[in-house]
Amino acid sequence: MYITVRDRPGSDQEPSASGTTARPPVGRVVILLGLVSLLTDVSSESVSAILPLYLTVVVGLSPVAYGLIDGLYQGVSALVRLGGGWLSDASDRPKWVAFLGYGLSAIARVFLLFATGAAGIAAVVTADRIGKGIRTAPRDAMISTATPSEHLGRAFGVHRMLDTIGAALGPLIAFGLLLLVPDGYSVVLVVSLAFALAGVALLGLLGPDVRSRRDRSPQAGPTPPPFRWRDLTDRRLRPLLVISGVLGLLTVGDGFIYLALLDHGGVNVSWFPLFYVGTNLAYLLLAVPIGQLADRIGRARILVVGHLALVGAYLCSVLPTSTAAATAGTLLLLGTFYAATDGVIAAIAGRLVPVQARTSGIAAAQTVVAVARMLASAGFGLLWFLLGPAAAMGTVAALLVVAVLVAATRISRLDGAEVTP
Amino acid sequence: MSTRARVVSFVAIVVVLVVSAGVYVLREGTEVRAERAADPAAPQAPVAAIEDGPRIVFRHTGLDNEYGVVAMVPLDDPGGPRAFTGVSCDRVAARSTGASCLVTDTGIATTYEADELGPDWEPVDTSGLPGIPSRTRLSPDGSLVATTVFVSGHSYMSTGFSTATEVHEFGGGKRWGNLEKFQLVIDGEAVNPVDRNIWGVTFVDDRTFYATVGTGGTTWLVEGDLAARTLTSVSEHAECPSLSPDGSKVAFKVDVDPSRRIVWQIAVLDLATGERTLLAKGPRGLDDQVEWLDDDTLLYGMPRADDAGVTDVWSVDTTADAEPQLLIEQAWSPTVVRD
Repeated sequence: MYITVRDRPGSDQEPSASGTTARPPVGRVVILLGLVSLLTDVSSESVSAILPLYLTVVVGLSPVAYGLIDGLYQGVSALVRLGGGWLSDASDRPKWVAFLGYGLSAIARVFLLFATGAAGIAAVVTADRIGKGIRTAPRDAMISTATPSEHLGRAFGVHRMLDTIGAALGPLIAFGLLLLVPDGYSVVLVVSLAFALAGVALLGLLGPDVRSRRDRSPQAGPTPPPFRWRDLTDRRLRPLLVISGVLGLLTVGDGFIYLALLDHGGVNVSWFPLFYVGTNLAYLLLAVPIGQLADRIGRARILVVGHLALVGAYLCSVLPTSTAAATAGTLLLLGTFYAATDGVIAAIAGRLVPVQARTSGIAAAQTVVAVARMLASAGFGLLWFLLGPAAAMGTVAALLVVAVLVAATRISRLDGAEVTP
Repeated sequence: MSTRARVVSFVAIVVVLVVSAGVYVLREGTEVRAERAADPAAPQAPVAAIEDGPRIVFRHTGLDNEYGVVAMVPLDDPGGPRAFTGVSCDRVAARSTGASCLVTDTGIATTYEADELGPDWEPVDTSGLPGIPSRTRLSPDGSLVATTVFVSGHSYMSTGFSTATEVHEFGGGKRWGNLEKFQLVIDGEAVNPVDRNIWGVTFVDDRTFYATVGTGGTTWLVEGDLAARTLTSVSEHAECPSLSPDGSKVAFKVDVDPSRRIVWQIAVLDLATGERTLLAKGPRGLDDQVEWLDDDTLLYGMPRADDAGVTDVWSVDTTADAEPQLLIEQAWSPTVVRD
């Protein structure tokens, strides 16, 4: 992957003059935040990969006990995300709010070393998740502020690629360590802590203090007013929230797609725990090219059309002739869906609100998606039992096609909306 | 701080982290490998000396070169010398006709499988499992196998766990599939809850079994029928049932503190009278599917609080005030072979 690093993000303001073949440079901020995410994801995914085994083998608990407690905290994350967005906008200090989030997750790793019992472990995992809720939107706002609007899709693509490389490496490192040290779960936890601390140190020491309000160029007008909640009711943002909410309501968890693949028995069930690896691989390979495409043909267009990849994944997962190819196809489509939506929505949202509300705007869009998907998974569970996997997937796929067609009528308005510089 | 000072500080921090984590990994690795190279502290006997009589088969959990290997002791001398079979299992269930063995295959891509082993501990059939081994049981005559695994919902956006429980014929053959697909009947009413989880099968015979259904924040003891493909509720608040050898009682875990956190204790249900006895002085906080030593005594595994990875098998009478006794040290997943 060829990525040019430029020193001063401010110098990206001029459009690239070097013709159509030259790749636009990716700002230092994006690479740096991508590396922070990479280190942090190695840390969190190495723990997630072994946590169920650790619970059963060492702590002597069934993950069911853990899962019951875990479920209670699902809603907390959404609130925290909005809170993090508000704090970041009100203080105009996204770097330090993100730092708080990364720091909290790192501290949680220290406690994980000593936590015993399901409740203790669930509390630590919750602290980790709160940290993730706090940091996501401020970090995305920094990427948004440090990148010229016309290259945002690619910038988020690069960030998500680095992030997902970390997520893919984490489990490999964890299981590699377990090969080196039999049942060495504490070794995995210590190494995970080291990665988390390195990520926090990288952000704290070398992360640029990007400030959306202060850093505005004088030509763009007077200094923007402080953040008000009213800024979130921006007419430009509203259609994005509605569209992503509706599409989110038809986005069932990957877990169901994996279970559908498993259900008709065409694939060896031993591969089941590795399905997410395939999804991550597709995601990290496609994040940058799809981000670039979004910059070229319209980000809202990619966001909406990207849901057709999800339709494909639904249908592919219940193909009557299940083969390894169908499985690979499903995972590829799922990865494509993430590449077309996860970073792209942040790229859009950050530009549809006044600059003083950038983090909150991104947080609002991400929260709408998260809550809608949670509802979708709950509702889909019912359909799954009533109709069986194939009919349930078919139904949701059909509904999603309709939703995409309806959402498509709003694309030009979203892509044509005036962007906040 | 100048940029240079910041870069230097960051590099210094990374060096400290790499060195300290590296030293820890190497030290632990050396220590664990030395531990795992040692012979077991427990006295040993040849398999031939034990395998012909009534015996307790279990997973050995001493941190030595037999860690995780299936072992056996005579039923009348459980604290005596143990014989090692050479086969490693996370969970094991055995009859004189063969054994079911669930294994974690640790590697860069960790996978899980269910092995069926003949009386000589040689594999007869192998099938993949979709998650971490949790329970396995054989029917009384050894012709049916039940397995429960934890399917970790490892997806990009979410976490969460569910169980997958299935029944099939020993050595390959008919498979009844995931028991989630059986019709669930609770309090006489056919229901289809979304959040159902099923775990912990114990067989009555080749058609009937008991199991746990978790749904709506509670658990049910259900009676399953393989031919009719139904699960019918028998009693509420009961997990991981185990049927006594004479078929008259079911022992299971109950969460005695459901409002705060999960604390399991053992209770025994008399199937004829419906009378439930909580073993108040029995183990607190156990997480195992208990096994019957005889018609009045239970077996279960408990992790040692101060020794990660090591477990012991305890026994307890089925009376309300019975106190647990340590039966087999460094053992897990006990299964009694009576013939």
